[in-house]
Amino acid sequence: MNIPYTVETRPDTGLANGKLGIWLFLASEVMLFGALFSTYIILRVGSVEWPHGELNVWLGMANTFILIGSSVTMVMAWASLKMRDWSKHRLYLILTFVLAGVFLVNKYFEYADHIAKGEGPWHSTFLAIYFTMTGLHGLHILGGMVVMAYLIGPGAKLYRSNQEQFTNRIEYTGLYWHFVDLVWIFLFPVLYLL
Amino acid sequence: MQSEHTGHGGHSDHDVRSHVRAYWMIGAALYVFTVITVAVNQVHLAIPLAITVALIIATIKGSMVASVFMHLNNEKRWIYGSLLLTAFFFVAMIAITLSTLGDTIGTPTVHEVSTGAAHPGAEHK
Repeated sequence: MNIPYTVETRPDTGLANGKLGIWLFLASEVMLFGALFSTYIILRVGSVEWPHGELNVWLGMANTFILIGSSVTMVMAWASLKMRDWSKHRLYLILTFVLAGVFLVNKYFEYADHIAKGEGPWHSTFLAIYFTMTGLHGLHILGGMVVMAYLIGPGAKLYRSNQEQFTNRIEYTGLYWHFVDLVWIFLFPVLYLL
Repeated sequence: MQSEHTGHGGHSDHDVRSHVRAYWMIGAALYVFTVITVAVNQVHLAIPLAITVALIIATIKGSMVASVFMHLNNEKRWIYGSLLLTAFFFVAMIAITLSTLGDTIGTPTVHEVSTGAAHPGAEHK
C-alpha cells in the first residue's frame, strides 16, 4: 500500500504531508527552546551578578563557523539533487555529517575542560543553564547526524526507486538542520558573549 | 501531479540553479556577521547596549537562514499560518514567564516586616 502525498501535493494544503509535518515539528521545537530561553532570562534578571568570560569565545566562534558551513553544505546537498547531480549531493551530505561531528568533538573538549576544573552544571546558575541549553542543542546535532547517516547509508537506495521522495527527505532533513543552526546563532551570543 | 522537474515546494531545476549563488553568498554573509558580533564584543560596550547589538545581529543572521536556506521567502500559506501561530504562542510564553518578575504576592512589604505582621509566629521565638 502506498502512503499518499509523499511526493504529490495535497489539494487542500498545497504541500506534501511530510513538509507540513516537519514544519509542525519545528514549531514544537521553537516552544521547547523558547522555554529554555525564557528560563535563561528569568535566571539572569533575578541574579545579583552574572559571570562574564567563563566560556572560550574562540571555540564558540569556531563552532558557529562550523555550523554555518554545515548549513551551506546541507542546502547544497538538496540543490545538487534537484539538479540531478548525485555525486555532488553525496559529497555535500557527507561534508555536512563530518562538520556536525567536528562540532560535537569541539563541544566535548569544551565540556571536558569545564568538568576537569570542577565547573559542572552544579557549580553555578550560569553553568547549569549553559549545560542544559548546549546539551539539548548537542542532542539535536546528534539526532541530525543519525538521520544523515541513514540517508548516506541504507536510506540512499530510495533514490533509485523514487527520486522525488528521496529529494523530499533531504529537504526535510535540511529544514531540521537549518533550525538547529538557527538555534545556535542565538545561543552563541547569549551564552558566550553577553 | 507535478511535472518531473518540479518539486512540491515549487522549486524547479532552473529556480534551484539560480539560487545556488545566493546560498554561497548568504553563507559568506553569515560568516561576516559572526566576525562582527565577536568584534563588537571585544569593544566592551555597556551591557544593555552589548545585548541589544548582539541580539540585533543574531536576528539578522536568523532571518537570513530562515528566509533563504529554509525557503521561507517563498512558501505556502499553511506554513506561514503555522509559523504565525507558533510566534503567537512563543511571545505569550515569554510574556507570561517574564510577568512573574513583577509578581510581589507573598513578598512582605517594609511595613509588614517592621511590625512582624508578615510572620505572626516570629514573635514567639
